[in-house]
Amino acid sequence: MVFALLFLIAGIAFAQAIDPLPFKDHAQEVRFQNLTRELRCLVCQNENLADSNADLARDLRHEVFNLMQQGKSDDEIKQYLVDRYSDFVLYDPPMKTSTLLLWFGPLVILLAGAAVVVVTVRRRGRAAPAATNDRPTDEGDDW
Amino acid sequence: MSRMIPFFGFLLLVALFGFGIWWNTQHDQREVPSPLINKPAPAFVLPRLDDPSQTVSRDALLGKPYLINVFASWCIACGEEHPVLMAQGKSIGVPVIGYNYKDDEGDAKGWLAKHGDPYDMVIVDREGRTAIDFGVYGAPESFLVDGKGIIRYKRIGPLTPEVIEKELKPAIAALAKESP
Repeated sequence: MVFALLFLIAGIAFAQAIDPLPFKDHAQEVRFQNLTRELRCLVCQNENLADSNADLARDLRHEVFNLMQQGKSDDEIKQYLVDRYSDFVLYDPPMKTSTLLLWFGPLVILLAGAAVVVVTVRRRGRAAPAATNDRPTDEGDDW
Repeated sequence: MSRMIPFFGFLLLVALFGFGIWWNTQHDQREVPSPLINKPAPAFVLPRLDDPSQTVSRDALLGKPYLINVFASWCIACGEEHPVLMAQGKSIGVPVIGYNYKDDEGDAKGWLAKHGDPYDMVIVDREGRTAIDFGVYGAPESFLVDGKGIIRYKRIGPLTPEVIEKELKPAIAALAKESP
């Protein structure tokens, strides 16, 4: 608990001084911000590189910055990190066999749900005329 | 019968959630599989902890397999791992090279003096630059590198007696079979 608090305080202290990098111009800074937002912090996992205060995230931000200085393209920089840390560093995962479920799983579940709804509604529709007569009335609600 | 459909749907969801919980107990969510397995270890030249004027390079280590163990005095899990390395490090069959990661020289030396030094040699990466090439994202991590400089196995998190028995030793045994 004490540790957690210490980390929190350290985090706040860091956040106020998130590394000032010597950007050439505003466009470069925007590009850097966009790029680091698409990359995952490996230590914290649910934060991106741009927002994370983790030590490694800071190192990787510097690495990204250096690669930009060397004239590397966004794709080259991402590939550089993927080569070292696997697709996991990308917030936008590439489409391939191992990620098919990730990409299309929700759609499949949605379609299955829709199918269930359609079937149920149709059945109700057919059963409804017969059922209306013996349905108890709602009148006389006691409130 | 069709009235039971929502119930079966509910059961299906319960089963899915149950599977998810079970799966989570079996897998470490923090573990990022290394894309470097079966690829050459990245080239590095790093100073030794005991004598920073001497450096160790990947190419100088070619010829026989070794284990690189990433550790730091600030790393809590390394404290758990340390006694295991003290007890078993010398008997696993390959030299164990300590990789002192983003540590203070004095802290690292003090740590080894206090808890014992299980390493054949300790190399230092204070900036963590080479560690990025290795895909290190925490400590401890361990890499088994074969005589040709290929990374053959990686353990993320502490080496435990169980991991050494079930994963590391078989990996080392497989290397021994290959080399003439």
